[in-house]
Amino acid sequence: MTIATDPPKDSFRLSMLLYDTRYRALTIQVVVLLLFMAGVAWLVDNTIQNLQTLGKDFSFGFLTNRAGYDINQRLIAYTNDSSHARAMLVGLLNTLLVSAMACAAATVIGIFVGVLRLSPNWLIARLMTVYVEMFRNIPVLLWILVAYAVFTEVTPQPRDFRLTPEMEAAGETPAASMLLFDSIAITNRGTSIPEPLFDRSLGNVSLGLFDVSLDLVALVAVIVAAVLANRALLRQAARIQDATGRRPTTWWKSLLILVLPPVLLLVALGFHLGLPELAGFNFQGGILVSNSLMALWLGLTLYTAAFIAEAVRAGILAVSRGQTEAAYALGLRPRRTMSLVILPQALRVIVPPLISQYLNITKNSSLAIAVGYMDLRGTLGGITLNQTGRELEAVLLMMLIYLIISLVISGVMNVYNNSVRLKER
Amino acid sequence: MNRTVFLGTLAAAGLSAGLAGAATLDDVKARDELNCGVNTGLVGFAAPDASGAWSGFDVAICKAVAAAVLGDANKVKYVPTTGQTRFTALASGEVDILSRNTTWTFSRDADLKFTFVGVNYYDGQGFMVNKSLGVSSAKELDGATICIQTGTTTELNLADYFKTNNMSYQPVPIETNAEGEQQFLAGACDAYTTDASGLAATRAAFANPDDFVILPEIISKEPLGPLVRQGDDEWADVVRWTLNALIAAEEYGITSANIEERSKSTDNPEVARLLGAGEDDLGAMIRLDKEWAKRAIMAGGNYGEIFAATIGESTPIGLARGLNAQWTQGGLLYTPPFR
Repeated sequence: MTIATDPPKDSFRLSMLLYDTRYRALTIQVVVLLLFMAGVAWLVDNTIQNLQTLGKDFSFGFLTNRAGYDINQRLIAYTNDSSHARAMLVGLLNTLLVSAMACAAATVIGIFVGVLRLSPNWLIARLMTVYVEMFRNIPVLLWILVAYAVFTEVTPQPRDFRLTPEMEAAGETPAASMLLFDSIAITNRGTSIPEPLFDRSLGNVSLGLFDVSLDLVALVAVIVAAVLANRALLRQAARIQDATGRRPTTWWKSLLILVLPPVLLLVALGFHLGLPELAGFNFQGGILVSNSLMALWLGLTLYTAAFIAEAVRAGILAVSRGQTEAAYALGLRPRRTMSLVILPQALRVIVPPLISQYLNITKNSSLAIAVGYMDLRGTLGGITLNQTGRELEAVLLMMLIYLIISLVISGVMNVYNNSVRLKER
Repeated sequence: MNRTVFLGTLAAAGLSAGLAGAATLDDVKARDELNCGVNTGLVGFAAPDASGAWSGFDVAICKAVAAAVLGDANKVKYVPTTGQTRFTALASGEVDILSRNTTWTFSRDADLKFTFVGVNYYDGQGFMVNKSLGVSSAKELDGATICIQTGTTTELNLADYFKTNNMSYQPVPIETNAEGEQQFLAGACDAYTTDASGLAATRAAFANPDDFVILPEIISKEPLGPLVRQGDDEWADVVRWTLNALIAAEEYGITSANIEERSKSTDNPEVARLLGAGEDDLGAMIRLDKEWAKRAIMAGGNYGEIFAATIGESTPIGLARGLNAQWTQGGLLYTPPFR
């Protein structure tokens, strides 16, 4: 006879939190969380206490005060009468400008170098290896400084362009001259390039924070319309080809649609180029691309391109050799094999590390102060912080802004990553 | 239970944080070393020599305070700070004094919560240009590219000056004086602007100083002086009266050469009080010993001696006393009485 006994139904005891494996993990997590929160609270409290001891308060009111300083590169209207918030915005736009330029250039160079590193041509492959190893093993700050030193030391001073009457009488020529029909001047302050000007401008429209040129808007609208019209034309040609087997000639129609409307618009607006001219100490007129921007751009680009090249190489190597052989068997040439078969498959391996490199570029752009480029770190985290003495507020705000930029970049890139990843059908 | 521990931690943290601020004098004595914030390198004012020993006009203040408080002018740790890092270094307690050609302004005194203890150099902002530029006045600098140290008052003065005179300029922000020198010499900027004394010091370090000219316009008032954190009046008094002792010593003709002799004879009661030779013990009032001022003066001599040895006319920097002469000689140096 067997006596069936129920399994012991013990009620929940406090010690089970520690000795029962079912609950232990939970207990540890709760304790760690509490400790973490205590740590954060201690830091915050310590900060508040120390601020009180110093007699300082915590407020972002300084952002509305007059900034009082000038910024050398302004993408939006700014004078020293503008507010610190406006100065921050100017700096932010400068950060975004150099980051975007560097991301684009680094991607192009990186893909080229990465592909060429796998080239069967011994010399090219080795040269690319040298490039990659040299650039990624030396700190980016040094590359930026080297680029800046080259720009400032090698290029002529603006006054070298000057032709004085005495020199003219003696038949001498200036030590330096402008390039491309006197339209581009490279000096040790920057490169002056022609600027587009409109005689019959449509004016600007204010969007609150900044002004938008209606000329630019009109031009973009016309070009977009022309491209759409051209597409419609090509689609129609394809339809005719499908139906009759003969494709009508479209090249001159395409050319007409793409070129004529923008040209007409430019003529209507009275478009001409404003050339830089030497006046006083510097070149006036035209757009001055400062050496600090060029140096920062070049430094960030070349450095990050080396990393991107490695990511690209890894991506290509991840595609099995059989894919290439299959493509060759189908009669594709090596270049088309690369662009049609290998790269599309390699992208899913390349994109995730590429996101990190874009984030790195954005964050590394804060090295701008080394060459006097006024980015977010230079305005908000530099001059504003110093003139107002709001270290904590300025640094927290700066961290928040960099965090937001990074999250936006990685969000957008993740969307792209989803579109190129391996689709299972 | 966790909650109690949590609150306890909070309370303890708050308490310790509250106590940390005061009594810099005790901290310095306990540490037996003075942390002094100085320039990263401005010849004549604060610069390390080949062996790493700091010297200069601002450094002399640090030495005098160390001699007064610790009895040894060499018990100083020099912390080089840039225009951008200096205030954070002082506010955070990393340095006890900031003696780094810093301009006394309202907002730094009131809003940044510092106490300027006095002025050791009355200065003004000027411009330096290459002679070959053919510029003889700052008013001719319209459209120029100008190198400027960021985070300084000069940056704001420059903006104001060009605005008032309806001129435009292109700023090239740089972080340290050394960087500015390099940019200026490379011709990346037409003019370099900072305090006139700084310009003279910078020019003195050039290979060919005669190729450069300092323009006559002085566009601002820049009273430079040492500063301490606000809220520790005792420490501010120690630094203030050490500086005053140096200035008073020159006024009364006390030099490092005759100080022993002068402290023995008590013909002038004020000198006796200053040097701790008489009955009065001024040192006790600022919690120092009787001979604090004597040691401070012996560290590098009186104000005039320091000036002559570091930035005066016989040095490469060659600054005249000008506004920085004693009030008895038409200058602005005027110390309150030691009484």
